[in-house]
Parts: sequence; structure tokens; C-alpha cells
Amino acid sequence: MPRRFAKKVKSMKNGTIKVGGLARVEGEGGLYLKIKGGTVVDVRLEIFEPPRFFEALLRGRSFSEAPDITARICGICPVAYQMSAVHAMEDAFGIEVGGPLRALRRLIYCGEWIESHALHVVMLHAPDFLGYPDGFKMAKDHPGVVERGLRLKEAGNEIIALLGGREVHPINVRVGGFYKVPTKRELAPLSERLKWARDAALELVRWTAVLPFPEFEQDYEFVSLRHPFEYPFNEGRLVSNRGLTISTRDYENEFIEEQVPHSHAMHSRFKNRARLPDGQGGYLVGPMARYSLNFDRLSPLAQEAARSAGLSPVCRNPFRSVVVRSVEILYACDEALRIIGGYEMPETPAVPVRPRAGTGAGCTEAPRGILYHRYRVDENGIIQEAKIVPPTSQNQAMIESDLRRFVQSNIGLSKEELGLRCEQTIRNYDPCISCATHFLRLHYESE
Amino acid sequence: MRKNQKPKLAVWKFASCDGCQLSLLNCTDELPALVERVEIAHFLEASRAVVKGPYDLSLVEGSITTPQDLKRIQQVRRASKVLITIGACATAGGIQALRNFKDVKEFVSIVYARPDYIETLETSTPIADHVPVDFELRGCPIDKRQLLEVIVALLNGRRPNVPAHSVCIECKLKGNVCVMVAHGTPCLGPVTHAGCGAICPSYDRGCYGCFGPKETPNTAALSRGWSRLGAGEREIMQVFRGVNAHAEAFRKESEKHEKRND
Repeated sequence: MPRRFAKKVKSMKNGTIKVGGLARVEGEGGLYLKIKGGTVVDVRLEIFEPPRFFEALLRGRSFSEAPDITARICGICPVAYQMSAVHAMEDAFGIEVGGPLRALRRLIYCGEWIESHALHVVMLHAPDFLGYPDGFKMAKDHPGVVERGLRLKEAGNEIIALLGGREVHPINVRVGGFYKVPTKRELAPLSERLKWARDAALELVRWTAVLPFPEFEQDYEFVSLRHPFEYPFNEGRLVSNRGLTISTRDYENEFIEEQVPHSHAMHSRFKNRARLPDGQGGYLVGPMARYSLNFDRLSPLAQEAARSAGLSPVCRNPFRSVVVRSVEILYACDEALRIIGGYEMPETPAVPVRPRAGTGAGCTEAPRGILYHRYRVDENGIIQEAKIVPPTSQNQAMIESDLRRFVQSNIGLSKEELGLRCEQTIRNYDPCISCATHFLRLHYESE
Repeated sequence: MRKNQKPKLAVWKFASCDGCQLSLLNCTDELPALVERVEIAHFLEASRAVVKGPYDLSLVEGSITTPQDLKRIQQVRRASKVLITIGACATAGGIQALRNFKDVKEFVSIVYARPDYIETLETSTPIADHVPVDFELRGCPIDKRQLLEVIVALLNGRRPNVPAHSVCIECKLKGNVCVMVAHGTPCLGPVTHAGCGAICPSYDRGCYGCFGPKETPNTAALSRGWSRLGAGEREIMQVFRGVNAHAEAFRKESEKHEKRND
């Protein structure tokens, strides 16, 4: 039987909630939450995902290996790693990639958004709203919804597989462009599936719109890319709803990564901590930030679908991120169709690349938010230093802040219900722990 | 297997990127049928419902890199009738096994300002270094068709049909022109285990070995071929030192070229 929303049983004045082995997130982590006298005194997102030291193992490797090596940070969003890596290297070498090659990069990124978002919306997040432990059990009562979700995911995978060679860790992305580019005729068959996917995404937006959402509007500082005329994928300036507008090269002047004892993942903050209401310097990246800062850049179809789903142009309720992700799937299908329709095969699969000594930065919109890479390379293009800041590290402070506030305002819930809602609060962010560890477990402990 | 009951399938994660587990969720057409046939008893990436062991079939992703995981893999083995490793991390240590060639303390201090918060082993090692493994499925990532073949075979008590020949065979079957012979593009295909479907040569690039060494690989002869195409010692060392760096044949070959490069 599906579990329904909020039933009040025994209120929790004192105690500790621990979730060990958080499910339906990518990677290993948990939650520790301590309540004393009806007040939340400690919230920790614990990340035991073993560290893999990518920034260290990149040293001494060739610039050309960066897209293939960094893809291995995450099996769910390898394209994002490849994109940030190639843009950072191209920044270091003074290379511009335009025309159809730029369009193909945008197209493969559309594929990753569709694939990653569809998995999260239907298989990982929706079960929380409807009270199922997973998408498989949900499929027994909602077979059409789950099948449509998996087919949508497949549509995204098809784009990645065609342009990248395979869905996970694609092999065709290189600094300067691609190893091989498709002909117009090779690309065309994607359109049929994508037209179906666009309709399916529209239905998904309508389906998510009526899920039960708790009232939980938060005053976030959203950070995302903003481009003069496009919804952001690969390029743009970093902007926020509180006046930030910087070049991606200035990322490290504005933000800092800090280590905390309970986690193998870094926490990112504004260097100037006073910016945030709680004075901690946390900020939010990802679909809600992108959407709220770039609503005017969505296609008319996506804007209309968002409005019909009851979303205003700014979304501050993280539980509604499930609707925002669905709107982004719709946009990505629409955009992919536009790109395919206008595609002309470039003369060469890549622009010439001549390494030179220097430092380059790249920041692109991974499905979960901005992903920053910086490399210092020598005159032969050998990596001397690498810095990678994944979206989930940047969102950790906000996840902990959401948890603290959510628990504080729902302290009357039973232990079990509170634990489940905490997990959902975390899954609002589609956290990718594998990425952030360079990330989560909920334990429940009574005093 | 328990009579009249669905076999229990478990998926375990150690140090990895989640990509191989994701391959299971990418089996859109086959997933509903699989869920009919088996009970998903432990698969944290997809479900919060955990069924107690023992498990009929365990799929293990990831390598062993922490003191806790040394203990956890023993527990997983004890709870599993059949244990299969999936992917380059679990079968060869993964890209994170690059630490095995360096001082891990240096790695920790490069990435973390407070190394004392980090618990890690000096090496990243495959699952078979620690517990008996019933079948190793290669690839970074694994191929989902091969994964289905292995699951179906083992549930039916037969040996999986996963050929150990080289990528070259797959390339020929696809009718590709040899990138190494025709284009002079260095390729690891001749020494690399088949399974991917010769993707890289099909996209005009050389294979970079993500399925690890094939049976009886002649790495020395291939290295000479790379030299003839103008690859330096450093380049040859590094191509063997990728996602399967710790696999024996690749490790030894990379060490030879490391010495020559010194």
C-alpha cells in the first residue's frame, strides 16, 4: 500500500535521526540529525563514498585525456564532465569552437539532461511523493508512468549513444570538437523518437504538477549560467538573483570549497559569507536555479507547460524541483529537435588544437547544476594542476539548511515519517555522491 | 535456489562512478521482464527497500579503497551464493588505481586541505584480490547486453557467453577499416578484451583499453607498433595506465615504459 503524506503520531522533542545508506541517490552517504528540546541542534550530510582523488591523478596526464578521465567521476553525467573539461582546455589554448560543432555539443548535453532527469523524476524522486520504496514497486500501480519515464530516458540515451558512441562514458568527445561527426542523414532518425519524447515530456510535466507538495518556500540565492539568448548549457556568465554576474574564469574569486570532518565531499560557499540570510554563504545550483534565472530563455512550449503546471517564473519550493526537471526534459527535447532540424555537417570533426602553457577554466550546466573545471597545463599540454567543483558539493550547504528548516517546522511528525521526509528533502537535489566525493547515510538514534 | 521463489538479486557499490549499475537501469526493454523473474533485494541506487540475505546473485561494482570496505566485501561474499564483479573498478581497481603507482599520502594532500579527515587505503584493488569471484565482467563501463547475458546465464546455471578475444575481432566483424594500419592511429584494440563492440575505431579513434587486457595479450609487440607510429615512451606508458592500469598485463607493460622514460 502506498504511504500517504504526513500523519502525526508522537512528536519528537529529543532524539537523533540517522539514515545509514541513503537510497535512490547516486553514491554512498547518510544523514545525521540531532534534536534537543524540540529544536534541531545538528544536521550533517555524511558522505562515505570513498575518495578517488581525481584532481591528483590528472597531474602529469595529457590535456587530451581530461575528457575521458574526468567522465569516470560520474556514470550518470559523464557528458557534463567531458564538456567542462574540453571548454577549460580550449580556454587555456585560446580556441573557439563554433557552428555545427558547438551545436552538436549542445545536442549531446540535451541527451544527458533528458536521460539523467527522466531517471531522477520517475525512478528516484516520484516514489517519495506516492509512498513507494522504488520505481519498480511504483510500476505495479503506475505501469504507464514508469514505462514512459524509462522510454524518455532511452530517448536521451539514444542521442548520447549516437553522438558519443555509448550512453555511459561516451568516447567521441575531444578537445576541439569530436573524433567523428554524424551526417545529416545519420542524425535525422533521432527526430522521430524525440517528437514522441517531447509529447511524453509534456505529459510528464502535467503528471508531476499534481503530486502532493509540502509548503516549503525558501529564500535561496540561485546561481547558474546565463547566456544572451539561450537557455544555458555550455556557455554564459555566472549570475545570481542577488546581483552576482561574473565570468566563469572568476569562479574561484567568488566561491571557496571547504572541507568538513563528517564528509569526504567538499562544501562550496561564497567567500563573502554575509550574502546568505543565515550568514553561511551557501547557494543553490541546478534545475531550480537555472529555471528561476533563465525562465525567459526557455522555448515558448516549455514556458507554457511550466505555467500550466502552476509554476511561476521563479520556483522556491525544492519539492517542486520534480516539476522543474520535467520542464527541463521538455525543453531539452524541443531544443534537440531544433538543433537536428538546422544541422549541417561540419567540414572537419574538430578544430585544430595546439597546446600552449597556461590556465583555463570551464563551467557548464550539468543536470544537477554548474560544474567547474580549471586546469594549468605546460607547453606540451601536460596537466600540472586540476581543480574540479561538482554541483553536489555546491548544494551540500543548502541541503543541510533545507533539512534543518524542514525538520524544525515538522517536528510534530513521527520518527518514521520524519526520516522519510528527510530523505525526500535530500532527494529534491538529485544529489550525486559519486561526483561530490572528491558525498550521504540517515541514522536514527534516540537519546 | 529456493523452490518456487524468485531468486534474490543484490547490487553492491564500492569505489566507483555508479555507471555500471546504471547500465542495469538502462535496459529499458528487459527491465520489466527481469523484475518479474528476480527479486531486487538490495539495490540502493534504485530502491530504499532492502531485503535480507542470503542473495542468489550479487553484482559488485567498485574497487576496494578503504579499511571499512575491506570488511564489507567479506560480508557481501558471505551473503552471496554467486558473486559477479561488474566493470573495470571491480575487476581491475579502476581509474582510482592510478594511486597504486604513487604515494597516496601525496594524493590526499593534493585534493584535501585536511588529510586527517580522510580514511583511505594506499591502493585501489579489485574484488578478486579479497574474496573468491564467480565471474568478472569487464568494461568501463560494462556493456548492458553482456550484463544481461551474464545474469540470464547464471540464473539458468550455465556459463556466460562472453568471449575473451580482442577488440580487433569485433572491429573485423563490423567491417571497420583498421585505424592503426590505414590511418596510422595508435590503437589498443589488439590487446584489449572484446565487449564494447569496437566503438572507438568505429568513431575514427584508437581504442584506449577500457575493457582491459584480452586473453594472452602481446603488449610488447603492440608497444613496438606504437613506437613505429611515433608514440613516445611516456605516451605508451600512459595509455596502458588508464582505467585498467592495475590489470596485470597492462601494469607490467606500463612499468617497462616508465623505466625507459626515466
